Amino acid sequence: MSYSEKVLDHYNNPRNVGSFDKNDPTVGTGMVGAPECGDVMRLQLKVNPETGVIEDAKFKTFGCGSAIASSSLATEWVKGRTLDQALAIKNVEIVNELSLPPVKIHCSVLAEDAIKAAINDYKKKRDGEGR
Amino acid sequence: MIKTPIYMDYHATTPVDPRVLQAMLPFFTEQFGNAASRNHSFGWEAERAVDKARGEVAALIGATAKEIIFTSGATESNNLAIKGVAGMYAEKGNHIITAATEHKAVLDTCKRLQKQGVQVTVLPVGKDGLVDLDALRRAITDKTILISIMHANNEIGVLQPVREIGRIAKERGVLFHTDATQAVGKVPVNVIDDNIDLLSISAHKMYGPKGVGALYVRRKNPRVQLTAQMDGGGHERGMRSGTLNVTGIVGLGAACAVCLQELPSEAVRLAGLRDRLKSRLEAALEEVYVNGSMEHRLPNNLNMSFAYVEGESMLMGIKDVAVSSGSACTSATLEPSYVLKALGVGDDLAHTSIRFGLGRFNTEEEVDYVAERVIETVNKLRELSPLYEMARAGVDLKTVAWQPER
Repeated sequence: MSYSEKVLDHYNNPRNVGSFDKNDPTVGTGMVGAPECGDVMRLQLKVNPETGVIEDAKFKTFGCGSAIASSSLATEWVKGRTLDQALAIKNVEIVNELSLPPVKIHCSVLAEDAIKAAINDYKKKRDGEGR
Repeated sequence: MIKTPIYMDYHATTPVDPRVLQAMLPFFTEQFGNAASRNHSFGWEAERAVDKARGEVAALIGATAKEIIFTSGATESNNLAIKGVAGMYAEKGNHIITAATEHKAVLDTCKRLQKQGVQVTVLPVGKDGLVDLDALRRAITDKTILISIMHANNEIGVLQPVREIGRIAKERGVLFHTDATQAVGKVPVNVIDDNIDLLSISAHKMYGPKGVGALYVRRKNPRVQLTAQMDGGGHERGMRSGTLNVTGIVGLGAACAVCLQELPSEAVRLAGLRDRLKSRLEAALEEVYVNGSMEHRLPNNLNMSFAYVEGESMLMGIKDVAVSSGSACTSATLEPSYVLKALGVGDDLAHTSIRFGLGRFNTEEEVDYVAERVIETVNKLRELSPLYEMARAGVDLKTVAWQPER
């Protein structure tokens, strides 16, 4: 399979690789996929509790080049967005941006799931605290 | 400067050896005759060339020339052997025994026969990739007509105990077919010593051209008969009709002749390169696992899992090196390797497997270069891998509640 320029760029220069302390109350962690399926994405968001804006994002991914590129792209896209804006990111947008072939669509779905899971995790922490 | 890309996928296919090509060239042009033309010199010349090739193929496997049937390749040879026996010996029985790690050309052929009422036993293999001979003995019934077990596996290079299998088959009066596509020309193969009744060969795995192969069909003790799978002019003792691919057959013969000469030294050289690659990788990387037996293995094969690094992303990282992966992402079915699964390798590690297939034109410099690129890429991708980070932090990955894709 040949890869699009953008997938190659994200693979060769992945953005925002790393981790935040998952116990930090301003951090939301989403981990989706399974090693048996060949894909695990972990996406972490750092949210400004005052504004509800995602100020930083980090990822680590076990998976093919398209999975790495999808999660790398997701970290770029969520930064500077509010939680609601980030929740609005659809996998099709990732597919289009990275020109993913049909067999790689699941990578974009996983990235969308990772964003949602990270936001859910953050909200759970936040709401838990307020109670 | 090393020349890239480097080819290290010799189980997939091999380049035609220049000596083989030279032997083939005249048969495209001046000597273009049909080997079945009995009444002029063009035909005689072609027939002579085919007969010479038949002898060369036979010599490499300890057979006689008349026992060689030319085909389009090992897939056809496997189909002809298995379906041919099932058809010819239907009155004697309807049970075939094969193994879980066979090539699809054998497994899917058996599956098709199963739909037509043939009983098929698929033997499991151990962690080392070897079939259990006791399980084989137990599987044989008075309806068993064929055992089809490969000589060398195409993914993990594991060599089955063909001599013992052949002995068991002979004792029990069952025919023994072996898909020797990966073995012929790489390790000594002898149909007499190993009691092999049918053996599949492919030219392009041994520095010959694509689109040509052979099936060895024993003529004595016992005389094996096959139901032809194609109707036509009755070529190849009536077992395989179709005008002979004279150029390809000449190439197969020449490839066999080269292998017969060079096999002993080439096997030693390739095993040395393979071991060099293995020890370099093992010295530099933790948690790398060889898949399948190292002891019973082709000299040119190394199949390793690199924990926490998905195979396709690895192939992207070593893009100037041509190797294969058992990762689902690199297969058409999106399933990880069924061969590794049969060995009990978990899907998690199957996704991280890489097959290195060394060959005639690889050098020590290339091996060192490949080792370096693999080490560099594994290290880079492990830094990117959440699994690696978790494992380092002492998390047992088996206990994590994963969230597979919705």
